[in-house]
Amino acid sequence: MNLHGVKAIYLFEMARTWRTLMQSIASPVISTSLYFVVFGSAIGSRMVEIDGISYGAFIIPGLIMLMLLNESISNASFGIYMPKFTGTIYEVLSAPISPLEIVAGYVGAAASKSIILGLLILATSRLFVDFSIARPFAMIGFLALTAVTFSLFGFIIGVWADGFEKLQIIPMMIVTPLTFLGGTFYSVNMLPPVWQTVTLFNPVVYLVSGFRWSFYGVADVHVAVSLGMTLVFMLVCVGLITWIFKTGYRLRT
Amino acid sequence: MSDIIAIDGLSKTYESGFTALRDVNLHIRKGEIFALLGPNGAGKTTLISIVCGIVNPGPGTVLVDGCDIRRDYRAARSRIGLVPQELSTDAFETVWATVNFSRGLFGKPADPAYVEKVLRDLSLWDKRKDKIMALSGGMKRRVMIAKALAHEPAILFLDEPTAGVDVELRRDMWNLVRGLRERGVTIILTTHYIEEAEEMADRVGVISGGEIILVEHTRTLMEKLGRKELRLQLAAPLEAIPAGLSDLNLVLEGDGHELVYGFDARHDQADVAGLLRRLGEQGIEFRDLRTRESSLEDIFVDLVHNRRTGD
Repeated sequence: MNLHGVKAIYLFEMARTWRTLMQSIASPVISTSLYFVVFGSAIGSRMVEIDGISYGAFIIPGLIMLMLLNESISNASFGIYMPKFTGTIYEVLSAPISPLEIVAGYVGAAASKSIILGLLILATSRLFVDFSIARPFAMIGFLALTAVTFSLFGFIIGVWADGFEKLQIIPMMIVTPLTFLGGTFYSVNMLPPVWQTVTLFNPVVYLVSGFRWSFYGVADVHVAVSLGMTLVFMLVCVGLITWIFKTGYRLRT
Repeated sequence: MSDIIAIDGLSKTYESGFTALRDVNLHIRKGEIFALLGPNGAGKTTLISIVCGIVNPGPGTVLVDGCDIRRDYRAARSRIGLVPQELSTDAFETVWATVNFSRGLFGKPADPAYVEKVLRDLSLWDKRKDKIMALSGGMKRRVMIAKALAHEPAILFLDEPTAGVDVELRRDMWNLVRGLRERGVTIILTTHYIEEAEEMADRVGVISGGEIILVEHTRTLMEKLGRKELRLQLAAPLEAIPAGLSDLNLVLEGDGHELVYGFDARHDQADVAGLLRRLGEQGIEFRDLRTRESSLEDIFVDLVHNRRTGD
């Protein structure tokens, strides 16, 4: 196994994060904090409790998940897209490194950054909203699992994209709307019955629900279903990446 | 000398239907400098890219130091360093970081002393803290060579390494190539500066239309296919080659003022002496004479031209 190679890619990607601290860390922390200020402190104080949880505390898992999905996708997609764009991908393709190791380097770095961001936002939210975490290990588990899964998804997007517009289109046009409609700001039980059924087709519902369960012990769907759906999505991504490397899709001609 | 690269029956057809390589057989010997020549679109870069792992191979086998590039790709690739034609660099990285990245990527543990030596050899040591975006084109080319050498490869591919670089860098680069060869590194280069191949390469391969049409020692090739010509500036113009000289390979040029005699480079100068004697017998006087030996470029152009015209 080429551990030096995995480490080189991982550190290279993390170095980009440290070089662009404002964009990579400060910007998502500040923008998510604004949600806490507006929906948590300002509007939240006038909202009724949901499932016995204050509105400000209720939206924390969803907001972290919103940031986590977007950052995981954009970090991983950008990480593999840029070498394709600049032409430096030749070096990775010609190196004695397996597809699994390449993915471990890029996805590992993207997921690490997302997890760091998630924890930073969690700490920042404590400044605005009072909350507690019922199952901290489960919370870390969901955070890591989601970060890895959506970094894998981002890697696929980065390989697929042949322009910067395509790089942005799925996070902006699909993931963000699904997150907003996936129970970030409300409980699924608050929706009319028909929309409760429709919303179950939104995969983000399972992510937010499971993550919220780790905080407060309440969930829109059973935690096992949330975990199962996340794992299924992860396996789909792994399958697609395996196919990408097997065929060389948009990497090797 | 044993083969360090053995390519047998290799073909490649892209998804677009374009066939870039047709049944290529090519063996590169350990420690030699091999120049791969060919016109644009001949298949040079495809061939190099397959050996290096950038392009999926078609039918055929490629062994690198005995390791199959498909089955034993790690061992094969770890022996190869590649300097691609395009200047592809990480603009925001420092020289030091990017060269160390390359070393790690190829599975080697950090070795600052070795990386320092590579940077010093390429006159990059003073630039090690600079971001690549701040470097000139020539310096970026040096960085790419440093990256290719970072993992101490046994084989170095240089794809058009001197395209667009200044004279000083070109000279430095060829000095480096000579130094690498002395250390036992096998060098495969493609170049449009054929005189460099003539000067540097032990052997030359010519590829055209995806097929290897010739592999030969540079010197043997020059001797075998090289032509010499003698140009005589005549004292008085001729209207036609005199009948008494029709058995010789003579051509009249410059409105009859110049007589050109072509002969094989292998033939000795006795032919020239014979020609001059016979000219004297025919009463043909000349004011000046000069000889010219065909270059590798002439040979290359002839080979490719003949291939296209089917001669």
